[in-house]
Amino acid sequence: MARRPFDIGVIVFRFRSGALLASLLLLLVACGSDDGATLPDTAAAPDGEREVVVLTHDSFDVSTDVIALFEETHGITVRLVPLGDAGTALNQAILTADAPQGDILFGVDNTFLTRALDADLFDPYLPGNFEQINANVLEELQAWSSAAAFSVDNPPPLVPITYGDVCVNYDKAWFAARDLAVPTDFVDLVDPAYRGLLTIMNPATSSPGLAFMLASITAFDDEYLSYWRQLTDNDVLITNGWSQAYYDEFSASGGDRPLVVSYASSPPAEVLFADPPVDEAPTGVLLDTCFRQVEFAGILNGAANRAEAELFLEFMLDIPFQEDIPLTMFVFPVNTQAVLPDVFVEHAEMPETVTSFGLLTDTQRDVFLTEWSAIMLG
Amino acid sequence: MTFSPSKRAVRALRKRGARTAAFALVITFFTVFFAFPLFSIVARGLLSADTPVVTLFADLFATERFRRVLWFTVWQATVSTVLTLVVALPGAYVLSRVAFRGRQVLRSLVMVPFVLPTVVVGSAFLAVLGPRTPLNPLLQVVFQDPTFTLDLRRSVTAILIAHVFFNYAVVVRTVGGVWSLLDPRLDDAARTLGAGRLRAFFSVTLPALKAAIASAATIVFLFTFTSFGVILILGGVTRATIEVEIHRATTQLLDLPLAAALSVVQLVAVIATLWVYGRIQRRVVYPAFVSERDVAQTPRGVLERSFLAANLVVMALLLALPLLVLVERSLQTPSGYGLRHYVAVFTTQPTTALGVSGAKALTNTLMFGVWATLIAVSIGTLTALLAASRQSFAARLLDRSLMVPLGTSAVTLGFGFLLAFRYLPPQLRSSAALIPIVQAVVATPFVVRTVLPVLTGIDKNVRDAARVLGASHRQVTRHIDVPIASRAVLAAAGFAFAIAVGEFGATVFLARAEYPTLPVAIFRLLGRPGITNFGEAMALSVILALMTATAIVLIDRLRLGNIGRF
Repeated sequence: MARRPFDIGVIVFRFRSGALLASLLLLLVACGSDDGATLPDTAAAPDGEREVVVLTHDSFDVSTDVIALFEETHGITVRLVPLGDAGTALNQAILTADAPQGDILFGVDNTFLTRALDADLFDPYLPGNFEQINANVLEELQAWSSAAAFSVDNPPPLVPITYGDVCVNYDKAWFAARDLAVPTDFVDLVDPAYRGLLTIMNPATSSPGLAFMLASITAFDDEYLSYWRQLTDNDVLITNGWSQAYYDEFSASGGDRPLVVSYASSPPAEVLFADPPVDEAPTGVLLDTCFRQVEFAGILNGAANRAEAELFLEFMLDIPFQEDIPLTMFVFPVNTQAVLPDVFVEHAEMPETVTSFGLLTDTQRDVFLTEWSAIMLG
Repeated sequence: MTFSPSKRAVRALRKRGARTAAFALVITFFTVFFAFPLFSIVARGLLSADTPVVTLFADLFATERFRRVLWFTVWQATVSTVLTLVVALPGAYVLSRVAFRGRQVLRSLVMVPFVLPTVVVGSAFLAVLGPRTPLNPLLQVVFQDPTFTLDLRRSVTAILIAHVFFNYAVVVRTVGGVWSLLDPRLDDAARTLGAGRLRAFFSVTLPALKAAIASAATIVFLFTFTSFGVILILGGVTRATIEVEIHRATTQLLDLPLAAALSVVQLVAVIATLWVYGRIQRRVVYPAFVSERDVAQTPRGVLERSFLAANLVVMALLLALPLLVLVERSLQTPSGYGLRHYVAVFTTQPTTALGVSGAKALTNTLMFGVWATLIAVSIGTLTALLAASRQSFAARLLDRSLMVPLGTSAVTLGFGFLLAFRYLPPQLRSSAALIPIVQAVVATPFVVRTVLPVLTGIDKNVRDAARVLGASHRQVTRHIDVPIASRAVLAAAGFAFAIAVGEFGATVFLARAEYPTLPVAIFRLLGRPGITNFGEAMALSVILALMTATAIVLIDRLRLGNIGRF
């Protein structure tokens, strides 16, 4: 019999390097299943210390001193766990509903609201400062509840924390240079004068894309299919993601097209992140093309730190957190008493009223997306 | 040396014990951190369907959209693989057999594309293949048309080019690794016997490289089969792979039965691919390896020099140009070129809870990368040793199974981890240690594929000769096997590091707020409007590329005392 060309036994046990390798490996595997000293553990507060675990989507952010304020006031450690985009974060929470990864989920928006509510993920709670919330952003939640107004006896499963508008943005310099009037509404966008100027996102892969689609359905009611056909005829460009549309196609960032679906807060962000500083935002917003996104947070059923979660949920509606929202997440606070930062007062435009789409069910979304794909993607 | 029967029995037992332990270790690792999570999510999806499983698949295959996606997935993966081989095999030759200044460094540098996030590379490719490409003047000369402007945005061509960009290194490392060990005298002998250059290549060199080429092709196929970011960014909105559909079903539609069915289809395709690969491997001729250190020869004559030059041009256009676009963008500020974005990522202290300081992201990335490399190299080398020492069914099965993660949906694996470990105590299920582990799951097959061909290729005659000349089994192992193997292991380490650092799809599900890595930081910055955010994202991408390049150059240079020389 031909001798085996290689002998593992010899390698592993005859040589020190081999033995070293094996022990290193065992150590590593142990680290994976054990609270290894080499990789500091991310979870588990020391015994006796209180903590709250907040699950969020990737766009969530908050200033460190605001978190520190909560931690010092209550002696509770806050742990933030970003879980991907809004859809991904919610789906992860639904998947692990029987053993939640945290105590609070932030970032369910109004387009995903019915899915979150149908999955019965949340343990209703009415924060003490609930009545400070702008009534407009409660519409959908109230519509779902169908009962009387929310109260201690009828607590809401989720509470709104932020809201913001998705609208078409335009490049001021581009239109000025060509002496072309800036379009104002959905109808203008299909005007041949603006042919080939607009970039939108695929609603199946992008949440501002979905918002724009829903805004057009609100605007055109039963005629939305024919509106989309006109958009296609007017040479609309569709990308899969926001950053591609905004950074690669939008003329304000070096692309070719001066109209792009983005947020109403993008112009103040352009001012805030300009370098050197600028006096005026280089971009503007078409206020008649907006869709209002409301983001909610709620306490998860089976939360390990229920009492701490209640305190944090209330904190999210309090002034320090609410006033921090504009410059960290670039959306608006729902608390009517929160004061907006100067850059928002000066450069953020917001539609006076936005017609609400109402509750969007998963079935409706599927139908719209299928129809949209059939027309827009052929 | 003689042993008493009892001593011999103990030794045999110990050897067998070691083998069993090694087997058990690799199988446990694979099962716990790959098979179990995958099984959890797929089983959950299939069982939660309202319809019987058979109907689920029947419905899936009945939809025109799915059939289109399946066809496109297979088609683009096949074409990408063939193209990558065509473009990169000459590159592998040049980088392993032709001596020229900077060859070693270049061999390390071709790994850089691997680690860059697709969203960043996609953006660079849009610039290189778009109407304002710096290639226009060149192309206008080539096509004799002064108005020629390139526009390959949102095209299949763009996807294919990007796939070659990302996978060039796979071929260079996997095939080049073996090529650099191949005895040049074989080729010389064939030529002496009257074979022409081409004939010698096809009848001597190619059969010897067959195993390595099959390995590389399989890896490239599996990688491009599960392509996601490249398709979304460069392919436009009308093209989708199965991976894109799984992602959509899981993260947007929350249609777990659909996602599970798609994952099963993907898995079946992967297993079929590995089966074909196994068939090829079975008829492989193991080449004779040399024992000299370097077989590279200085190019002689116009033909050889032009061949070298042509390959360098390909590398410059394909690999370097998109990277240069990144560098240019990272230096671009409203007031001209400058280092402002680089200064900003290292000096601006994050004031927000999820803000990321560049320095911290860099150290995290390095730390996870090093751990993942250690794990992958350990598990991968053990597997290669097992597969080389025993051509048993079990060893072959293990070797093939370790390849499956390459063709598995990252989002499926990510959600699988979540589901599989959900009942563990919080400090375990959200432990940062899971990050290097999942990176290692993806990096391990590269280690196996890099080390195994070298181990099996060690010339049996050399070992027999040593034995005949009186060397003990131990001496043969120490002086022949270990030196040759350790060189391959070191090469694999550089490879594993790049894979680990570049793994994003599954890692992102495990990344924690406390441990942002560079790719995570880049994504965060690109998710926000504002010129400085974009500039800083580009600067971080360049830093990621530089860090990887440095690490791989260092690993490739590493020689443990005399061990690397043989």
